[in-house]
Amino acid sequence: MNQFQYLRPLETAVAIKSLNKDPNTHFLAGGTNLIDMMKMGLVTPHKLVDINRLPLKSIAKINTGLHIGALASNSELAEHSDVKANYPLLSLAINAGASPQLRNMATVGGNLMQRTRCPYFFDTTMPCNKRLPGSGCAAIAGYNRMHALFGASDQCIAVNPSDMNVAMVALDATVHVSGPKGVRAIKFADFHRLPGDHPELDNTLQKDELITSVDLPASAIPFNKHVYYLKIRDRTSYAFALVSAATALHIENNTIVGARLAMGGVAHKPWRLTAAEAFLKGKPVTEDTFKQAAQIAMQGAKAYEYNKFKLKLGANAIVQSLKIASGLVSA
Amino acid sequence: MSGKKPCTPPNGDGISNGTRRDFLKKSSVLTAVVLTPGAVVKAAENQWDDKIADFFEKIPVSLEVNGIKHALSVEPRVTLLDVLREQLDLTGTKKGCDRGQCGACTVHVDGVRINSCLSLALTNDGKKITTIEGLVKGDVLHPMQEAFIKHDGFQCGYCTSGQIMSAVALLKEGHADSETEIREFMSGNICRCGAYPNIVNAIQDVKQGGLS
Repeated sequence: MNQFQYLRPLETAVAIKSLNKDPNTHFLAGGTNLIDMMKMGLVTPHKLVDINRLPLKSIAKINTGLHIGALASNSELAEHSDVKANYPLLSLAINAGASPQLRNMATVGGNLMQRTRCPYFFDTTMPCNKRLPGSGCAAIAGYNRMHALFGASDQCIAVNPSDMNVAMVALDATVHVSGPKGVRAIKFADFHRLPGDHPELDNTLQKDELITSVDLPASAIPFNKHVYYLKIRDRTSYAFALVSAATALHIENNTIVGARLAMGGVAHKPWRLTAAEAFLKGKPVTEDTFKQAAQIAMQGAKAYEYNKFKLKLGANAIVQSLKIASGLVSA
Repeated sequence: MSGKKPCTPPNGDGISNGTRRDFLKKSSVLTAVVLTPGAVVKAAENQWDDKIADFFEKIPVSLEVNGIKHALSVEPRVTLLDVLREQLDLTGTKKGCDRGQCGACTVHVDGVRINSCLSLALTNDGKKITTIEGLVKGDVLHPMQEAFIKHDGFQCGYCTSGQIMSAVALLKEGHADSETEIREFMSGNICRCGAYPNIVNAIQDVKQGGLS
């Protein structure tokens, strides 16, 4: 690991000021991604600003829903009684990711900021437009088994690795950030971005901004009774998703009043399935309905040489997640 | 070779134990960055915490490890794992992958299990750390240690201290109600020997009070 200057501010404003627009200054929270990347030589900061002592840890009910401080740990969030009662999809998604030790360390803000697990991004001997803009993408003609189906570009086909993000986008969360110009709120669906011509940018956070909280709306609470997070991976636990399907349904009298659907492991951002959600509204709870929804969800998917299996796997994952969430079958 | 190893990762860039002069020779690109005591003064003026460290300076850190308070001095880039093993000679905590993937380095920080290889020592300033050495009460093993022996929960033993630290935390977390749940919530600890069935048996035994 390279040597660096270390700061540990106690106030949010001071932390933001200490960034000073230096592109080689990084915030350190849980460290589960950053310290790993520093050991690999992927990130070589001049300065680390350890934000773990900032007062951004609280999880609390607010008028509009639930406030989640950016430094709340993934496990604190997954185990929180309000989350379990009102946003159980979020608990399921978080507990499907990483390991208990990592979830104890990893923060909510850090989870939003984690980088892709594309093996070419991690291999400094290979070209990667995300790591080194303009160097090319080794994955497009390489072993692209884990890669994107939706929204990729000819510069990058990497996917966002987070499970938590998939639930957050389905539940219409809002990201609150703070910077020198003040605070702003970003809809979760707009926080992460597609690679386009700038795959080095994972999200729309500006270099001098800090995530302070992620808030969940009360409008997502009616979706709390019929939920499931189906994650399909190469081993039973502790692996990144090949595909995942997050489902939260509002069902009354066997009719779908509303649906929230999103996929993980298929795009550069958590992939909300809005067309399938619109289709499901007002439909009866049947396997046939779910199959049609999955077909709609997978429209526009584009596979590469080694991830063609994900087309069928993705559709089946959506159907199975809907069946389990609605109670047609048990998990 | 002296018996004492440096407290920095061996695969570093080789400047970690060099002199200030060595470092400066190798870091001409960094000369524009604030390195002077003035930076420290500026930090104080800006109400930064007193923990501000330049690249090559060791700075004080206080850790309470297994009930004993230690006042140490570390470089910012040193992990908690390396401090435990190299400075405090607590080699029960193992370095496996050193990347948070195997769980051999699992310790408790303020009662919560973490991967000590991915946590900077300075981040843990003022915290209470428990390692495998801290589970023993005098000559009496922790019930989980007894259970691992009774159920033959290891072969080579390299992952064992991490497995036991995870298992002790797991029972506190309340996710040990079935074999499936135990396996899921022990998934952060990898065992190449494949002692998993016996590890699960050991955990279930302690949960049922068989050895406590």
